[in-house]
Amino acid sequence: MKKITLLAVIATLSMPAMAQKFMTRTAKITFDATSAKSPEKIVAINNEVASILNADNGEFVFQCPIKSFKFEKALMQEHFNENYMQSDKYPKSDFKGKISGSSMDLKKDGTYNVQVSGTLSVHGVSKEVSVPGSVTVKGAEISAKAKFVVKLADYNIEIPALVGDKVGKESTINVEAILNKK
Amino acid sequence: MRIIKLLSIALIASTSFVRAQSDTTDLLGELNQDEPSGKKEVVNYTFKATRIVNSSTIEQLSPGVLDMRISHRFGTLDQGAKNFFGIDNAYTRIGCDYGINKNVMVGLGHNVLGKENDGFVKVKLLRQKVKGTPVSISYYASASVQTTDAPTLAAGQEYNYSHRLTYAHQLLVARKFSERLSIQFMPSLLHMNLVDSTKYDNDVISLGLGGRFKLTKRVAVTGEYFYRLNGTDNKVGTLPTYNSLSIGFDIETGGHVFQLHFSNCAGISERLYLAQTTERWSKAEIRYGFNISRVFTIVKPKEFRK
Repeated sequence: MKKITLLAVIATLSMPAMAQKFMTRTAKITFDATSAKSPEKIVAINNEVASILNADNGEFVFQCPIKSFKFEKALMQEHFNENYMQSDKYPKSDFKGKISGSSMDLKKDGTYNVQVSGTLSVHGVSKEVSVPGSVTVKGAEISAKAKFVVKLADYNIEIPALVGDKVGKESTINVEAILNKK
Repeated sequence: MRIIKLLSIALIASTSFVRAQSDTTDLLGELNQDEPSGKKEVVNYTFKATRIVNSSTIEQLSPGVLDMRISHRFGTLDQGAKNFFGIDNAYTRIGCDYGINKNVMVGLGHNVLGKENDGFVKVKLLRQKVKGTPVSISYYASASVQTTDAPTLAAGQEYNYSHRLTYAHQLLVARKFSERLSIQFMPSLLHMNLVDSTKYDNDVISLGLGGRFKLTKRVAVTGEYFYRLNGTDNKVGTLPTYNSLSIGFDIETGGHVFQLHFSNCAGISERLYLAQTTERWSKAEIRYGFNISRVFTIVKPKEFRK
């Protein structure tokens, strides 16, 4: 009996502390690919982005369903899916990486300026990126924000000659997420 | 005691191994594992436009989108150089379609041929899913009224308003087989309140087959054929009627889809392409035509309303 109790105690003690994870399925990504010569704004909103963050080490991932981007003009949305992003072939974009900052402590309330670095995969192309962002920890909630620019050509997103300079060569991407303790 | 020691070492070793494994790949796995399973992915963009050539596709206008359509059918190619191979004559339909909500769209139009005014409603019944539902199904119903002058009739006969009316019902069953190939099956029923003889069928049932094959991202070949199960002996005046066959191209430019096609059917209304096609491909009675569509967003999606 003693043996078994001891065994149980040791087993419990040697279990790893469960990592503190924060998650959401309603993070928001917006992008703006309007160029100076665009006749209309090329802006889209996606409110169905999923994200999970490990507060122990700052590792996190984002996953973004391409078909969930909403445009003001349905035709633009169709072109985005069919011609530019080929969303049947590449239905999701994701980001795998880490947030880090000198003063950052994801277990303590506060707002931290951080550096987000990792691999961004869009349209079947993966690239290393590192961008600044900010993180606010408040109890069981972590909110994160980042804004960065990607070159469409880096991700093999072709702009046909017909459209020319009416679509920006670059797109500004805004990420906003409120993650809750899992 | 030794056993316990050994066991605890093994346990510690194995747990630390687990921890080392927990990287971002696992996090991504965790996201997907928890994904709500009820949400199934719908197959979109089966066709480029809401029409194949004359017939409708299962594609729906987005809610709040107005589509202005101008369709043109030139004269038959067999008219030769005298009429510039048909270009000198043309029939037109001008119309507007509107997406009421994500399941219902409506349209109104006017045809030059027969001075026919038409209206339709198209309702989405089923959508093809990536996993599961194999086809998309829509129901299409239209009514039209010819507003040409009343024909001169023998004494005792009357020509009423109701004689001008035609109704059509279609079930559109489509499947996107691949990014390139989509096929649509269209059982159709046309009812004409008046035909030119009591010997002719007022109801014409036909089976339609249409499809598109994308050549490039922005250009596709399209086609449609309607095989009549009855009403093949119907005549229009003295002219015999034939099954309609149309072959065309969808060309997408920035703001609209340009559809060019060849057809033995002179008109754009259901009455004409389902029952009153009086020309034949084999006699080079082929008409060149085009549809131009321009969309306008009338009501913005909710994400963009301030």
